[in-house]
Amino acid sequence: MGRLDGKVAVITGAASGIGRATAVRFAGEGAAVVIADLNAEGGEAAMREARENGGRAVFQKTNVERGEDIKAAVDRAVKEFGRLDIIFNNAGLGGAVGPIEETTFENWDRTMAILLRAVFAGIKFSVPEMRKVGGGSIISTASVAGLRGGAGPHAYSAAKAAVINLTRSVAIELGKDRIRVNCICPGGIVTPLIYSRLPGGEPVAQQFFSQIQPIPRAGRPDDIAAMALFLASDDSEWVTGTAMVVDGGLTAGSPLSRERMQGRVMPTGGFAGPSFEKQ
Amino acid sequence: MGRLDGKVAIITGGASGMGRATSILFAGEGAAVVVADLNKDGGEATVRDCKENGGRAVFQKTDVSMEAEIKAMVARAIKEFGRLDVTYNNAGIGGAVGPLENISVEDWDKSQAVLLKSVFLGIKHSVPEMRKVGGGSIVSTASIAGIRGFAGLHAYCAAKAGVVNLTRSASLEFAKDKIRINCICPGGINTPILHRNQPGGREAVEEFLKNSQPLPRAGHPEDIAAMALFLASDDSMFVTGQAMIVDGGMTVGASFGRGGGDGGATGIALPPAGFVGPSFEK
Ligand SMILES: NC(=O)c1ccc[n+]([C@@H]2O[C@H](COP(=O)([O-])OP(=O)(O)OC[C@H]3O[C@@H](n4cnc5c(N)ncnc54)[C@H](O)[C@@H]3O)[C@@H](O)[C@H]2O)c1
Ligand SMILES: NC(=O)c1ccc[n+]([C@@H]2O[C@H](COP(=O)([O-])OP(=O)(O)OC[C@H]3O[C@@H](n4cnc5c(N)ncnc54)[C@H](O)[C@@H]3O)[C@@H](O)[C@H]2O)c1
Repeated sequence: MGRLDGKVAVITGAASGIGRATAVRFAGEGAAVVIADLNAEGGEAAMREARENGGRAVFQKTNVERGEDIKAAVDRAVKEFGRLDIIFNNAGLGGAVGPIEETTFENWDRTMAILLRAVFAGIKFSVPEMRKVGGGSIISTASVAGLRGGAGPHAYSAAKAAVINLTRSVAIELGKDRIRVNCICPGGIVTPLIYSRLPGGEPVAQQFFSQIQPIPRAGRPDDIAAMALFLASDDSEWVTGTAMVVDGGLTAGSPLSRERMQGRVMPTGGFAGPSFEKQ
Repeated sequence: MGRLDGKVAIITGGASGMGRATSILFAGEGAAVVVADLNKDGGEATVRDCKENGGRAVFQKTDVSMEAEIKAMVARAIKEFGRLDVTYNNAGIGGAVGPLENISVEDWDKSQAVLLKSVFLGIKHSVPEMRKVGGGSIVSTASIAGIRGFAGLHAYCAAKAGVVNLTRSASLEFAKDKIRINCICPGGINTPILHRNQPGGREAVEEFLKNSQPLPRAGHPEDIAAMALFLASDDSMFVTGQAMIVDGGMTVGASFGRGGGDGGATGIALPPAGFVGPSFEK
């Protein structure tokens, strides 16, 4: 028995990385999946992989910058599979990068359209379908860059913070319809988003990301897929408005804590008495 | 195939409420469970239900505020089942309640001992055993009272906030040992801790909790058990130092938030839909 038996999901950005791992996992748990992405080749490959994992899947070419494309992805779910229970608003990119005063209005607006307006649109167009089936689960990929400064470019960080608080404000409105709204804040996950433009590529990303957080390995798309599965399934029936952090402990400490752990500021054991007493 | 096949778990407060629901769920997912509680009758009933749900379980009488008893509890897991993979520090009480000036030092200390020292001890004595098997998962029940203020619950609020931040600091230390440390912040869950002394009992609390948060039903112990299962299982292998909120949305809004596209602010009339322009335009 799968944990998503009988459910239908739309996943944006499912041609690659986190979205793709989630599509495959959902399919293996019994869901029918609409793989929505700009990238047709990757999307078709993800579709085949999802089917091989035992589920039903179709690819829908989607540019999340365009509201009508998102609407079409939702319609496709209903046309192919008869209903919509889950939408995972996950498509993303780095967007506008560089110093704030060199960031152009065009790049800012485009980043916001893809990372934030697309989440609004995904919610807006899913809700009527979810109401018809008595509820649903809306999940979006935010980021630890939405919780802290400096973990991503400026526009990206602003957009991801907005995704977190949009999640909260919409959760309040849709609770009565039993539509749950949550987001996930991944830490450093090795996906093409990170390594496609990195000199040295995937191995360098693996190496770097295995050292940035307390858990001594890089994050994997499957780590996020597992959280998305929890949020999509009935196991989280009473969970709404949350930002679930999956980051290997990256944000659990303050930047100071590593120094502290090494005993530079605090003694390594024992009891720190009043400061006027010498150790 | 169970999601906890081959794992051994200790669950404190396993005689009642969330701990009981979690014990039964874990047993059904293939874990061997040590049900630890002060309450012997309740604990033994949980053990029977765990077995009926297809798992192995034993009861260990435990006062979680006593270090020797926490040690004995961990030793029991090893003696009965050979290893320790999961500790769920969940036992709890309301503790010292009421106006702050009326709280005695004894009641304050007792509250901290049962709600916070117990979690420190559970982590302290589980870690050596988890290291031996190459890792583990420690889960504690904090509360939304650990992330917001609740009037008249001073000792409880302080202790639960302590659990949330101890979770974070401990997660930093044990990540290298592949021991993950997380906690759960439940909202209003209909368990004996809430309905025991209420006129109208369980049903009255169910009705009251129904409209206390955006999701229109009371929380149930199974809602917390499902999160505990996620955190205990390998699905959460990259999750540590977190306070997972399971509250039907209770803490999502500001205290003045009504919810909805009306902006939520108290008494400020907004059009039902549309766009609100600059305030100088009528
Ligand atoms: N990898 C990380 O470390 C990390 C950390 C935090 C958050 N995230 C977020 O996770 C999400 C998934 O990213 P990923 O890491 O899997 O990267 P990825 O590049 O592997 O996948 C992103 C997918 O989104 C698609 N996409 C991009 N723009 C699109 C558009 N306009 N319309 C439709 N599809 C579009 C891409 O084609 C790609 O398939 C993103 O929202 C990203 O911001 C990633
Ligand atoms: N019910 C809620 O709304 C709610 C909300 C947030 C947090 N919590 C927390 O959830 C946890 C579980 O509570 P519950 O709601 O299931 O209540 P419960 O009363 O049903 O269960 C608590 C269990 O802890 C046991 N216990 C109490 N003191 C003990 C001690 N010193 N040693 C060993 N066992 C002891 C009790 O015997 C009981 O079996 C507690 O930590 C509580 O603070 C409850």
